[in-house]
This record gives sequence, C-alpha cells and structure tokens, in this order.
Amino acid sequence: MNLKKIMLAAAIAGSMSATQAMAADDTIKVGVLHSLSGTMAISETTLKDTMLMLIDEQNKKGGLLGKKLEAVVVDPASNWPLFAEKARELIEKKDVDAVFGCWTSVSRKSVLPVFEELDSLLFYPVQYEGEESSKNVFYTGAAPNQQAIPAVDYLMDQGVKRWVLAGTDYVYPRTTNKILEAYLKAKGVAASDIMINYTPFGHSDWQSIVSDIKKFGSKGQKTAVVSTINGDANVPFYKELGNQGISADEIPVVAFSVGEEELSGIDTKPLVGHLAAWNYFMSVESDVNDEFIDAWHAFIKDEDRVTNDPMEAHYIGFNMWVEAVEKAGTTDPSVVGDALIGVSVPNLTGGYSAMMPNHHITKPVLIGEIQDDGQFETVWKTSGLVAGDAWSDYLQGSKDLISDWRAPLSCGNYNVKTSKCSGQNY
Amino acid sequence: MIARVLWSFLLLACALTTHAATLEQGLEQLKSKDFSHIEQGIATIAASGDDNAELILNLLLNGEIYRHKKSNELVTIQGKEDKQLIIVNLFDDSGDSAQTVSKRKIKKVRINNKLRASLKSAIASLKLNSNDPVLRLEAVNQLIGKLNPVLYQTLLERQQTESDDRVKSLIDVALAVTDLNSQDSDKASQINAIELLSESLQPAARNALQQFVDETDNASLKFKANKGLRSIDERRKWAGHAETLFFGLSLGSVLVLAAIGLAITFGVMGVINMAHGELIMLGAYTTYVVQLLMPNNIALSILVSIPAAFLVSAIAGIMIERGVIRFLYGRPLETLLATFGISLILQQAVRSVFSPLNRSVATPEFMSGVIEINPVLSLTLNRLYIIAFCLIVFALLFMLLRYTRLGIEVRAVAQNRAMARAMGVRSEWVDAMTFGLGSGIAGVAGVALSQLTNVGPNLGQAYIIDSFMVVVFGGVGNLWGTLVAGLSLGVANKIMEPWAGAVLAKILVLVFIILFIQKRPRGLFPQKGRSAEG
Repeated sequence: MNLKKIMLAAAIAGSMSATQAMAADDTIKVGVLHSLSGTMAISETTLKDTMLMLIDEQNKKGGLLGKKLEAVVVDPASNWPLFAEKARELIEKKDVDAVFGCWTSVSRKSVLPVFEELDSLLFYPVQYEGEESSKNVFYTGAAPNQQAIPAVDYLMDQGVKRWVLAGTDYVYPRTTNKILEAYLKAKGVAASDIMINYTPFGHSDWQSIVSDIKKFGSKGQKTAVVSTINGDANVPFYKELGNQGISADEIPVVAFSVGEEELSGIDTKPLVGHLAAWNYFMSVESDVNDEFIDAWHAFIKDEDRVTNDPMEAHYIGFNMWVEAVEKAGTTDPSVVGDALIGVSVPNLTGGYSAMMPNHHITKPVLIGEIQDDGQFETVWKTSGLVAGDAWSDYLQGSKDLISDWRAPLSCGNYNVKTSKCSGQNY
Repeated sequence: MIARVLWSFLLLACALTTHAATLEQGLEQLKSKDFSHIEQGIATIAASGDDNAELILNLLLNGEIYRHKKSNELVTIQGKEDKQLIIVNLFDDSGDSAQTVSKRKIKKVRINNKLRASLKSAIASLKLNSNDPVLRLEAVNQLIGKLNPVLYQTLLERQQTESDDRVKSLIDVALAVTDLNSQDSDKASQINAIELLSESLQPAARNALQQFVDETDNASLKFKANKGLRSIDERRKWAGHAETLFFGLSLGSVLVLAAIGLAITFGVMGVINMAHGELIMLGAYTTYVVQLLMPNNIALSILVSIPAAFLVSAIAGIMIERGVIRFLYGRPLETLLATFGISLILQQAVRSVFSPLNRSVATPEFMSGVIEINPVLSLTLNRLYIIAFCLIVFALLFMLLRYTRLGIEVRAVAQNRAMARAMGVRSEWVDAMTFGLGSGIAGVAGVALSQLTNVGPNLGQAYIIDSFMVVVFGGVGNLWGTLVAGLSLGVANKIMEPWAGAVLAKILVLVFIILFIQKRPRGLFPQKGRSAEG
C-alpha cells in the first residue's frame, strides 16, 4: 500500500529525485498546488519546477529540522473547483505542512475555505487585486499598492495626461482599475481623460481596440495604456500595437501581467520601450540573482529559460517558511503561521523582504522597459521597500480597514472607524 | 606674416579640438547612469555636426551601445561565441580592441521612452538633409507638432530649398501647426495656416485647430477654424468607416479560414469533429517547427509550412477518421464525445512534446508594416495578406470540389451513399480522403493564425466555437455559405464593437445567431433537393 502511494506520488511529480521519494515518515512534506495541464499550465508549470528546485536545494543544505523535505505535487488542471479538492487531498491525505500554489484569484478564492477549515498554510506567489487577508494565506506577490499605484506615479512623472485602462474581463483587472480610477481622479485627472476597456479571456482580434487607443492618444496630450490584460491575450495585443505602428515613445503600455516568461513567446522587437511594473526582473544586477539564475538553469537543464517575478515570490515565500519553521522548531502550521510574521529573508534584488502582520510582504517596486532580447531594463525603482497593503486606501468601504494577525487584534479586516472586526468575509 | 600663419593655424587647431571634443564630451556623458546626463549627451552629439553623429544616435536608439564595466569604455557587440560575447570599442573598424567577455561584464547604455523620443527628433533633424525624399518625409512626419524655435528655423530654411512636392507640403503643415498658435503670428499668416491645416488629415493639424478654437477670441477666425474642423471630421469619419470595414473583413477572413475545413468535415460529411481546433493548432506548430529548421529564411519558411501543415494535419485527420470516427458514423453524440476526448489528448501531447509555454513564430519582413492611405487610415499588411490567403484557399477548395474526380465522388457520397457505392465509388476511401482534406485545410488555417496569435496548446479551443457558429450560420454543406457567413459575422462584430465593447459584441452576435437559427434552421444557404433530408 505504502509502496503504491509512493509510486503514485513519484509518477505525478515526474521529475522527482530518488532522495525525495524516501519513506514517508521521516520527511517534511510540502504541497505544490499548480496546474500542470489546462489553460493555466503555461504559467504555473514553471512555478512547480521552481518549488522542486528550492526544495532540492534545501535538501542539499541538509534539509529542515534534521529531516528531508519532500515535495508532493498535484495537478488541479486549471479547474477551479478541483483546486479545492486537491488542496483538501494535500492537507488531509498527504499530510503536508505547507502548500505553495495557485495563480488566478479565482483558484485562490476556491481553496481559501479549505485552508481555513483545516488550518493549514498557503503561500500565494502572484500579484493580485488585494481586498483580502486570510489567517491561513501568505501573499508573497504584489498588492495593488506594490505594483499598479507606483507604475501610475512613474507615468505621471513622465508627463502622461490621458489614460487608457485596458483589462481582461474578470476580478483582478476590474478591481485594480477601480482602484486606479479612484486614484487618478484623486490626482485631478478628468473623467474624459480616462478610457476604460474590457475584453474577454483569450481575446485575439485587437484591431479596433488598438485603433481606438490610437485615436484616443492622438489628441495632443501624452497618453499611456495601463494594461491588466491577462495571459495569452497579450501576444496578439502587442502584435497589433506593432502592426499599427504605435511605438512606446508615443503611447507607452505599462503591463502588470507581462513578464519575462510571457515575452519569451513573442518577437519583442516592435515592443521595445513598453513597460512593466514588477518587484523583480531577471536583469536585476545582484549576486544573489546571478546565483539564482545559474541554479535555475542547472536545475531545468536549459540555458534559455527565463526567471520571473512569481518565481522570486516563491523563493521569498519558501525561505520565509523555512526560517519560520526553524524559529518555531516545529512544522505545526498554526505555530509556524504566527512565527512567520516579522521574518525577514533576502530577496533577489539585493535587499531583504519581511513578512508584515497583514500577511503581505515588503518589496521594492521596479519599472522596466522591454528590450529586444525579451528582457526588461529597469528604468525606475522605489527608493525603499513598499509594504503590501491588503485593503486599498482609495476604495470606499476598504480604506477604513486594516489587517493585523498578531494577538490581540488577530483580525484580517478590522475597521478602524467602528473598531470592529467584521470576521472573515474575503 | 609668420605670426599670421601661426595665428590661423592655432585657430584651426582650436576649432578642430573643440569639434572633436563635443562628440567626445557627448560620448562621455553617455556613460552616466543618470538619464538627464544621457539626454545632454544626445543633444551634444546631435549638435556636434560630426559625420558619425547620426550613426551613434541610431546605435543608441537600437540599444546597441554598451559600457564595459571595468574599463568604462563604450563598446558594441560584434558577435557571439558559445555564451560569450565578442565586443569592440566604438569606432574601431580594424577590430583590434576585440575581446571576449561574459554577458555580465558589460552594461547596456540605458535609455527610456523620453530619451527615445528626443533621440528620434534628433535623428530626424539630422535626416532632414538626406538626399532621399522618403527619408526627409519620414523626418518631417516625426517632427510635426514637436517643433522648438531652432527646428522651426531649420524647417523654414529647408522649405526654401525643398524640391520634392510631398515633403514641401508636409513642411508647410508642420510650420502652420506652429504658426497658428504662436504669439507673434499676424492675422494673415493665421488665416493662411487655418486654410492649410483644414486640408490636412494629420492629427497634429486637427489638434492645433482645436487648440486655436478654444483659445482665440477673434470671431471670424474662430468661425473659419470651426469650419475647417468640421471638414476634417467629415473626412475622418469616412476613413473610420473604411477602417471598420477592413477590420471586419480581416476578422471575417480568419473566421472563414478556421471554419472552412469544418465546412467539409461537418458540412459535407456530417461529422461533429470537436478536435477541429486542435488540427488548426497542429498546423500552427508545424509552422513553428519549419521555422526552427530554417531559421535564416523566415519568408521562405512560411511558404514551406503551408504544404507541410496541410500534410501534417491531413495525416492526423485521416488517422482520427480511420481509428475512431468510422466506427461511429450515424451516432453524432458518441462522435462528439470521442472527438472531444481526442482534442484533449492532442492538447496534452503538444504540452508534453513542446512544453506548455507558447512558442514564438516570427513574422516575415514582407508581412509586417502598414500601407498608409492617409494619416488617419492605414491598412496593416499582415491582415491584407491573410484576407488574400483566405480567398485563395477558398477558391482552390471550391475548384477542387467542383472540377476534380475526388470532388465529384465526395459530393456523390455526401448526397447518397448507397447509390454512390452502387456506382463503384469506394465510399470508405472517399470518407478518409474527405476528412483528410478538411483536416488539412484546418492545418493551413493554423499557418495563418500563427502570424496573428499565440502558438500554444490552447490555440484550437479559441476557434472551435466560432468555427461551428460560422458553418451553422452559413448553412451546413455549403462552401459559399461559409464564406458569406464568416465575412458578414466579422464585419457585424467590428461594427458593434466600438459602442458595445468587445464582450457584449460577441454576446450580441451569438444571440443574433440563435434567433436566426430559430427562423431559418438550415442557415443562410440551405441545401436544396433530396439530399437535404440526409
């Protein structure tokens, strides 16, 4: 029975090494919950490999608390309800001590009740729309104030007066654009200078939208596009921009979902100069980043593979978990969850990131321009670290909320005006 | 006398050194990490009058100038030698300074969008004196609306000597844009400017007029300018309509390409093939593989991949037909489920073989760019090619079904299988060939789609619903119906998109088709005669 189980796990993981498939009891198990098939496999497979690499490296360093780490990989197949099932399987059946996973917000929302019910830990590595803080989730990606707001500030600084907010029609772009619209209006931008446009998932015919953007941008004032267009739809969007001859110095596009990995699927020559806001770029110059890239290339056995921001988020999240476990001396999720707050580990940009009481982390914000080799060149950087804000200061109903999971408050959405914790309603 | 010679010699030397120094100074400033220093450097280089100035600015714009971190010299990359880069100093034609370094030893001289804009202006002002009128036209186009007093003066001088009519009239517009809203223009020159700008479709011209209308308090001039604005808007409206039609036709031609293979397998044979999208995907991946095999000849690789994709998808299709579908004829529900399963298998197979990441397919040179009809209407070349490609594929397929023996047999089997068999047609063979033909066409569509969208495992899913929609709307079993339906759905979609948004436009089209099918269940062009019952 036991042998069967191990063989099954090994078969799913595929690339597991022999050491990881050791007998189950003297290992610490780490769950990896990323889609390996279906639409999201394009982004999430890389994160699965990143986790396997990090776990492998930790084992080479001697494991954790004297035990080896063991990755338990499951495939939720880009199917949101299946995420919840697989999460339950990881925690209840496979007995994992922490889970690293999810990409889309809807998959996170789907697994959230499972983690709260079974009191386990989830590390979520992707930038998201905020407006959430759960006791059991640690958000290592960027909140809107760590990505969207600084990007808009940078563009304002560059003299942009008219704004196109273009996004895919789902929760992350809608919420982010709502925050950005409120922010822009607070900064004195007229409603007629903001154009908002939503497109369906996987939209591939961008001709009329790009033509509209061109017209909107030809009114004599500097115009920029803030893009929350998701995933695959970006490629035809950028291709159409290039085709219609819109160059970055006329109408720059700043994207929050386009990283090195997405760019590796396109010819970037027509895109040079378009922007992206992240907390990490592969081109960042630091020794720890060079080491990480070398380790990644060695692990994946392909020199051409790129690294990206969500990978860095997993790097930070995993090291935080390791440090918290060592600090707590146990892998018990409820103890580790408390120990995680205040833990500070190196990030890949050469500084340190710390876990805040609201379960978000501190990060630098970088603005990069796309280069013709598919990399980003940092053109602007926040002077210090920015702490992730779970509840946006620019939205009604959310600006009075704070999150602090330390005792005695222990609340994810504490209203400072009414001095009440509204309980958990993500 | 000697003193005089000496003196002039000294002056000459002085002029030489200052001259050389300006370019050198500019280059020195490029080494800075501060964008404002680099901007000064660009201005210094542009003003240096050095022959190399334009070359250096272009190199900088293309991001080809690097700084060697250790020696602080400016270098360019000459070549690659297994993971190492060969670099040479700027202005070293002999290659003496060539050395091999790793990527991390050099740092690109960074520019941002602001610098990119000032670089383009600087290069344009240098290009104004080029001998090629096309380059001059480009340069003036670049400068319109961005004139500073110095450039204004340069253009004014250029206007006197310009020989090419198109460049001259564009210079007139560029000067008029500045004249109209300048403080020291008199009324006569303003009237002149309004008249000039009212004739121009340049966005900068319209903006200048609009600004003038907003700011002036001279009623008669304001009236004139308003009239000009109206005439510009009128012409822009027509350009807008033409653009929408073009967008619609190009979207429609993509729909037709994706659906036309299905029109054969579903329309003629009656097989509901849910794996049709994946056959398109196979065609797109074939393009990718062909391009990998001939990386130095992108244009040719696209042409080669058309027959290659046809063969790959056709063989895959025949295998599906022989292996699965032929056991399920007459059982549409089972066919649907089985082919849906095949589509999942194909997707995951591609994920395993090529990785789940999207693959990059380069666009050949001849397909990128635009044909500019006027400043507000330009047609993208890749879309034009795809419209033409769609029509060619349609014509070939139509002739094949109409005039070849295979075509006659296909139609015979589709109309009356028993009778065709009685006449000696090998219906099984015809089934396989028909399915192969439809699948092959899907593969060809994949080649076209690889130029427009992602080449990834999910490519096919995006088009399967649209394809069925087009075939059902056009009338099952009718190629003309597919063509008309695809093009009209594309145009309808694009007409609705501006006011309804992309999401709603798609929904409206679907609702329309549902209503249409209620009224005419057999589509736009229903099959007539006895075969219609079968």
